[in-house]
Amino acid sequence: MNMQSMRPITAAEQALVDNFVDRLGSLPGDGAITALRDGFIDDIKQNGLPTRRVEAWHYTDLRNLLKKVPDGGGQADVSAVSPLVPGSDIVSVIDGRALNSDAPEGVSLGYYRDALSEGIAAQRMVLQNADDLIGRLNGAFANDGISLDVEDEVALSDPMEIQVIQGGGQSHSRFPVVIGKGVSGTFIERHISQGDESTLASTITDLHVGDDAHVVWVISQERGLSDTHFGQINIQLGANAKLTLFVANAGGKLVRQEMHINAGGENSELVLRGVNLLGGDSHTDVTMTLDHLVPNCVSTETFRNVVFDRAHGVFQGQIRVAQVAQKTDAKMACNTLLLSDHCDFSSKPELEIFADDVQCGHGATVTDIDENHLFYMKARGIRERKARAMLVKAFIAEIVEELDNEALIEALENRFENWLDAHG
Amino acid sequence: MLEIKNLHARVAEDGTEIIRGLNLTVNKGEVAAIMGPNGSGKSTLSYVLTGRDDYVVTEGDILYNGESILEMDTAERAAAGLFLAFQYPVEIPGVATMQFLKVAMNEQRKLRGEDELTTPEFIRLVREAAGDLKIDMDMLKRPLNVGFSGGEKKRAEILQMALLQPKLCVLDETDSGLDIDALKIVSDGVNALRSPDRAIVVITHYQRLLQHIVPDSVHVLYRGQVIRSGDKDLALELENNGYANIIKNAA
Ligand SMILES: Nc1ncnc2c1ncn2[C@@H]1O[C@H](COP(=O)(O)OP(=O)(O)OP(=O)(O)O)[C@@H](O)[C@H]1O
Ligand SMILES: [Mg+2]
Repeated sequence: MNMQSMRPITAAEQALVDNFVDRLGSLPGDGAITALRDGFIDDIKQNGLPTRRVEAWHYTDLRNLLKKVPDGGGQADVSAVSPLVPGSDIVSVIDGRALNSDAPEGVSLGYYRDALSEGIAAQRMVLQNADDLIGRLNGAFANDGISLDVEDEVALSDPMEIQVIQGGGQSHSRFPVVIGKGVSGTFIERHISQGDESTLASTITDLHVGDDAHVVWVISQERGLSDTHFGQINIQLGANAKLTLFVANAGGKLVRQEMHINAGGENSELVLRGVNLLGGDSHTDVTMTLDHLVPNCVSTETFRNVVFDRAHGVFQGQIRVAQVAQKTDAKMACNTLLLSDHCDFSSKPELEIFADDVQCGHGATVTDIDENHLFYMKARGIRERKARAMLVKAFIAEIVEELDNEALIEALENRFENWLDAHG
Repeated sequence: MLEIKNLHARVAEDGTEIIRGLNLTVNKGEVAAIMGPNGSGKSTLSYVLTGRDDYVVTEGDILYNGESILEMDTAERAAAGLFLAFQYPVEIPGVATMQFLKVAMNEQRKLRGEDELTTPEFIRLVREAAGDLKIDMDMLKRPLNVGFSGGEKKRAEILQMALLQPKLCVLDETDSGLDIDALKIVSDGVNALRSPDRAIVVITHYQRLLQHIVPDSVHVLYRGQVIRSGDKDLALELENNGYANIIKNAA
């Protein structure tokens, strides 16, 4: 027995365990999968939700932050929405259930519920680390999701959009994605809630980017003020592959988005960009681990955070460079605009470098709007409120405009602008 | 048009008095030059006129068209027709110059209750004004003032002035950093704005600018006060003899 198990169980922990018992009969899976599910829920029961004493969760003390767990699936009237980028091919999971949809040429779709029933999902249900709460939660509860397989050398002309939409209660889904050799395409993962009920969701995406593939993957957080989302994306990067991963957080009450990236093929390039627009009483945590396992890979990680009201933001970025991974070039930056006296943003960069011939660096800044900029704009007749909004947009525009796709840039800028108009 | 009466202003942060009982009147149609040694308070005066909140007015008044503007904020003063060409224009990363110009023009129009410009109207106006000032349209696609050379920044200030058509223009050392040809182009730009219903205040250290923009009056600022006023010949006298005599006589 460890010390943690001696704490009293919280209402949220109890609710999760009770929920699991209620759902047990209806969760798909063979004997092996059922055993895995049982094991995960036991871990949660034994160790409780992570607290600040668990290093990976130090800034997101879930035991304190997760007060309530809504039960059951949603009952609200929920439906698919129009895509972020017009013309995208849409696949959707609505209130935890994957819908039947058409796939573009070269892409095959599958239901994760089938992978569970047939037992082949067991190989996926591995934890990322000893404190992988998201892996456990999703492993225990996941009942559906969508798998995507993109054939070698396919060039997708339109983005593919994965909509995860929820009207209430809980949903836990998984998205195994295998992108073939030489593929090019853009994928947008959207997390949306509808109606006023509070929701809790976990999603895990397993993204395998094949050799020579060029992929843009966007994660758009669009949930509401009373929603909790635990997201995880686990990435394998092939040789000569280029992945642009863009995290657009502008929603949710309690959000943790984890990214675990293995740069396992030589000459790969990872471009990780993130915008965190945080307001109200929300808590948003972006946690990344990046393993450079082979030589000659490049990675850059840039986050721009704008924090209003009483919001809390967290960025944890851990880059590990293995001894053999010579000539790794990794640069991480986290820039924050704090726009109220009651908000905060914690940034924890970590570099663990075991190779000697590498270029690695990180930097973090926290600033307020520059008074000189503001005065100059006002001296031209631009009112304070408008000037501030323009300066905030300018702060995030730089990294959005780096994307190499006009329609996507416009869609993200619109989304951020709408959020800022409502919060600024 | 502009009457500054016994103006006293301090640095808000530490209370240092910079403007110490300054009087100055500039009439409609007039071009007034302000000269004075470094640190005498010229730029500070321009900031106080525009309502920068790093400074507080402790005494006196600023009347614009007969009414005090002390209660108006910076943006309102700008919309009312007050324009400052900065001694050191500010670089604003991430805000494209064209976008900035459009927002500024439309915000001022909105504050005055006028219709916004359409995009074609706006582009036409910018093209015209930029052409006059020999400004490349490509430069205007870049973020505002970012990476502009010293001379380009000063030209961009005059471009803004030409587009915003202010009523009271204050030019703070617009001539510094300009080459000889640019000085001529910028001066022509300023002269084009001379009109019976507009006043222009030119802050400068050099007679050379005043050969191009010939002033109606010249005022010497020293330790936060106007210690001597005269016509354009006063600038010549300063050029030849420096400030020493005038300062001695004022004391
Ligand atoms: N915010 C401030 N804090 C402290 N001192 C200030 C501040 N602003 C101005 N001063 C001081 O007030 C004095 C006047 O400065 P100002 O910039 O107005 O001079 P100027 O006449 O424009 O000089 P120059 O010819 O060099 O441009 C200087 O001594 C300056 O250091
Ligand atoms: Mg000055």
